[in-house]
Amino acid sequence: MLEIEIDGKQAQVPAGSTIMDAAQLLGAYIPHFCYHKKLSIAANCRMCLVQVEKAPKPLPACATPVTNGMKVFTHSELAIKAQKGVMEFLLINHPLDCPICDQGGECQLQDLAVGYGGGASRYQEAKRVVFHKEVGPLISMQEMSRCIHCTRCVRFGQEIAGIMELGMANRNMHSEIQTFVGRSVDSELSGNMIDLCPVGALTSKPFRYSARSWELARRRSISPHDSLGANLTVQVKGNKVMRVLPRENEDVNECWISDKDRFSYEALNSPERLSKPVIRVDGALREVEWNVALDYVSHALKDIAQNHGGEAIAALASPHSTLEELHLLQKLTRALGSGSVDFRPHRRDFSADGKRAGTPWLGMKLSEIKDLDAALVVGSFLRKDHPLFAQRLRQLARKGGKVSLLSVTADDSSINVHARLTVSPAELVLALGGVVKAAARQKGVAVPSGLELVEPCASGKAIAESLLQGEGEKGKRAIFMGNVAEQHPQATQLHALALELAKLTGASVGFVGEAANSVGGYVAKALPTALDGYEMFAQPCKAYLLLGIDPEIDCHNPQQAVAALKQSALVVSLSSFKSGAALDYADVLLPIAPFAETSGTFVNAEGRVQSFNGVVRPLGDSRPGWKVLRVLGNVLALPGFDYDSSEQVRDEILPEGGVFVAGLDNGLDSGLSDLTLAPGAAASGLQRIADVPIHFADPLVRRAPALQQTRDAALPAARMSAATLAQQGVAAGSQVRVKQAQGEALLLAVADETVPAGCVRVAAAHASTAALGDMFGAISVERA
Amino acid sequence: MAILGAINPMLSLGLDGDNAWRLADYVKRGGYSALKRILAEKMPQEQVINEVKKSVLRGRGGAGFPTGLKWSFMPRSFPGEKYVVCNSDEGEPGTFKDRDILRYNPHSVIEGMAIAAYAMSATRGYNYIHGEVWEIYTRFEEALDEARAAGLLGENILGSGFNFDLFAHHGYGAYICGEETALLESIEGKKGQPRFKPPFPASFGLYGKPTTINNTETFGSIPFIMSLGGEHFLEAGKENNGGTKLFSVSGHVNKPGNYEIPLGTPFSTLLEMAGGMRGGRKLKGCIPGGSSSPVVPGEIMMGCTMDYDSIAKAGSMLGSGAVIIMDESTCMVKALERLSFFYYEESCGQCTPCREGTNWLYKVVHRIENGQGRPDDLDLLASVTANIMGRTICALGDAASMPVQSFIKHYRDEFAYHIEHKKCLVPLEVQRAGSGFFKATV
Repeated sequence: MLEIEIDGKQAQVPAGSTIMDAAQLLGAYIPHFCYHKKLSIAANCRMCLVQVEKAPKPLPACATPVTNGMKVFTHSELAIKAQKGVMEFLLINHPLDCPICDQGGECQLQDLAVGYGGGASRYQEAKRVVFHKEVGPLISMQEMSRCIHCTRCVRFGQEIAGIMELGMANRNMHSEIQTFVGRSVDSELSGNMIDLCPVGALTSKPFRYSARSWELARRRSISPHDSLGANLTVQVKGNKVMRVLPRENEDVNECWISDKDRFSYEALNSPERLSKPVIRVDGALREVEWNVALDYVSHALKDIAQNHGGEAIAALASPHSTLEELHLLQKLTRALGSGSVDFRPHRRDFSADGKRAGTPWLGMKLSEIKDLDAALVVGSFLRKDHPLFAQRLRQLARKGGKVSLLSVTADDSSINVHARLTVSPAELVLALGGVVKAAARQKGVAVPSGLELVEPCASGKAIAESLLQGEGEKGKRAIFMGNVAEQHPQATQLHALALELAKLTGASVGFVGEAANSVGGYVAKALPTALDGYEMFAQPCKAYLLLGIDPEIDCHNPQQAVAALKQSALVVSLSSFKSGAALDYADVLLPIAPFAETSGTFVNAEGRVQSFNGVVRPLGDSRPGWKVLRVLGNVLALPGFDYDSSEQVRDEILPEGGVFVAGLDNGLDSGLSDLTLAPGAAASGLQRIADVPIHFADPLVRRAPALQQTRDAALPAARMSAATLAQQGVAAGSQVRVKQAQGEALLLAVADETVPAGCVRVAAAHASTAALGDMFGAISVERA
Repeated sequence: MAILGAINPMLSLGLDGDNAWRLADYVKRGGYSALKRILAEKMPQEQVINEVKKSVLRGRGGAGFPTGLKWSFMPRSFPGEKYVVCNSDEGEPGTFKDRDILRYNPHSVIEGMAIAAYAMSATRGYNYIHGEVWEIYTRFEEALDEARAAGLLGENILGSGFNFDLFAHHGYGAYICGEETALLESIEGKKGQPRFKPPFPASFGLYGKPTTINNTETFGSIPFIMSLGGEHFLEAGKENNGGTKLFSVSGHVNKPGNYEIPLGTPFSTLLEMAGGMRGGRKLKGCIPGGSSSPVVPGEIMMGCTMDYDSIAKAGSMLGSGAVIIMDESTCMVKALERLSFFYYEESCGQCTPCREGTNWLYKVVHRIENGQGRPDDLDLLASVTANIMGRTICALGDAASMPVQSFIKHYRDEFAYHIEHKKCLVPLEVQRAGSGFFKATV
């Protein structure tokens, strides 16, 4: 520890600390622009110059290491003179257009200019003009003359997002921040640059000129999107959500949020919002009052239960639903006599159900990722499925942790990976088996039975090696199962192999989880005892209750789902939006409030219980989902539906309370006993690889206009390697007819070398591919 | 012949004929004997560094930091790669000595770098050559090929077990890449922008490894120190200023060019060697160490000797030894305008005071020169330079400020005249007569 004195206050700081660190510890404020605690030190703004005893000139606090006995003066004459001098330089070419600047009121430069700027400028020359740049739908770079060249955005790209999308071109005062010639900013974390920009150079395009920061109320919320559960500050004006910002929580999202967390709020005011209950009368949909709609649903459900038995009713919820909604849905469905309830529409293999030792989860805390020595991610479109989880792995790799990927495409992860193994979906189990076998061999123990015929490849061996390093130490190695590993037709085999690998290496096994409540659904027991999320459409039922889901887009096999819905006698959809397909098959549409308009709870991947309140009133006649289900329970005269608040519902699910849910365990009761892997068993024809594109993953993001203009929201294509294209006799850039079972889609063929041979990557979760079948499995491609 | 004159020369001795730069000629002049002896004797590294310390060789790039001391900062026992880097990014206006060393005596630099690498346990070296002297770069590559073919570079040099690989790297002419950490960034393939220090290159240099960076002339002097002995080298100059040094004399002299003289030689002798003042005019001012060093009025300069200490006493810096001579036909406002434009143009734009300040300085000086000056402009310039100096990441901010401060200090009346009368104190016809470009019209 080193002694330091700042403005007469003493502190002890660890070796390697800078004056800025020490000042923050002491609560002494040193003005700064380029310094940011999560970014590398640039020391280029020079605003944090302070006086250090015995130093002949002022030193930058952000970059000067503390030495023992150092005495620092942040407000001495020398320091103030230096700071004011820098402020004058920063302002001479700044347009000083605060009254029309979007950053006005929350601008670091504006704030510090009050303290350090002069009343008038001595600069009488022409000011610099920097041309505006077009960088995509999310970030506005219209007023780049405001830029003070702190390079926070550049460093964010290099260090946090993993892609350097912005850079500083030119030199001297003609330096300017820009993208590589003509490119746009496309990272899934790009919106954070808006927060980082200390001036109004980078601003939010959707929010621009819609409100002043001081008019906005700040309300706390939780992201309803991915499984990280990012903490949000939702800013509200009147009864409208105007924008979403990160709420710092070092254990969860640090100070970042992904672009979909940030910009999905636009969908809250979408014209597609369902604002009144709707029922089908004589084939036409008609708006009705709530009591009429609920009576109708109640009678219809009772009729079906009486005539066909309760088991003829199936309920499917979105994993983005709140814990309370999931709980009430399963409670209601079971009370009606059906065990066909599920919240995992993307899943195909449910054979682990009933064998699980507990609630599947991440296997560790998010904050523990940084301490890992090695990590293996199995089956994930990492960056797009889990932007901030990927960010944590990126930081791990930057610090020397060995991150390996085993997946079905070689997408750019922007992570400096240790080893990478890309195989077709059909070979995924085999490849993981190979890693298990390599680990057993390297460790010198018997190879688990069933793996006799598997031969590990070089990458598999490298992965096993990294997981075995430093074996025995706890919390140092992890295996993460991504969305593909859970959606895969042999998900349980992958799960069992991961457990086997964990047993050999001492690594933890975890599921990253695809949605905000992927853990919460298990906690709420929204799990089938009869038909699961796939079977309920494979074996059509008489009635369907849908919660927050568009089955024609959100299901593993949308073709089958739509067919089942169309033949059924009753489809009740609780939804915030009216979608084209639902208008076709639904008999009742009940408007429920999205996350910003309801209270509820999400349980994130690490099992953290995060409850939130609504930040605005529900739109129109829509009502919180838990209230709708509660009243429906009352109308159906079911017992145990007399809740007064969503907290009561939550406390029924989690009577012990606490920050984390109990019973988290990724174990399986049966091991590998019934598994025999044999190479060559893979299918011979073309296989489909379906990703769920980041901005199609849930009903909210699908309707957020700005997100829909990003490159990530481009139309799905049939992506194949050049060799596969040639094999199929189609040219890149031509229209192809993609067929699966009875369905087909017309798509553009695109050459993509990240797709393994013999595979076609066709995104799921999009209307243009909704006519297709399973996410993984046989597919054919022919010239259109 | 590039070196126009010399007194007791070392680096420029015997550079006659077209092949003087070739390995064979260099060896004939006694080249590589120092390296061979060190390797044959397996001379302890400490002894090599001590010899350099004894010579009081001071860095020839501009700062004049004692080379031996710099070498001793290198963590020799640090495991892993270490680098020696030669800074031949000679971009300072007025300086043109390194290109001649590389053109006429490249092997002295190669030998010097090899000895440095030996003394500091480095196994790789880079010579970063200014991008605007392409033919120098290609010649140095040829010299490297010769040295490699002769087994003087590469694996197991002369059977000693010592490995040293040396590579030439050319820049693209950015002045800032002569700043040592910007130079390292540029070698790494990044934008040439200085790093903040600490950490210094000796602990975190090229690719994050311990690195020593010296000027071309510094490395070129090493073989002479090792063969003549440190003390002999010191005696060739004067106390605390060891050795001879190349001076690039430019401006209003009859024979502009490079001259090698012992440190401590009177300025008047150097001026005489350079053929004296052109047209017999009076010396008005002299920038003794490259454009960033403060200008020294003629009468003070005439009393100086050419060494680090004497020039420092006169209020300037010996710098890289670029002596810019200005006679009485010079308009000092115009001269400063040109210098200020250079620093504004070459500022890397990274840190605020330099990016904004150099531009501001240029604009104000430009305004004064063009008859738009305001009464308080001189105070404004003084204040802006004070706000730049000592507040930047690298020394370019200081380099841009010092000419402004010194020009105004010594020639304030000229600036004041410009502001007041909207024209130059030195009549235009006098300026034209002195410029050399307007001969036909005068």
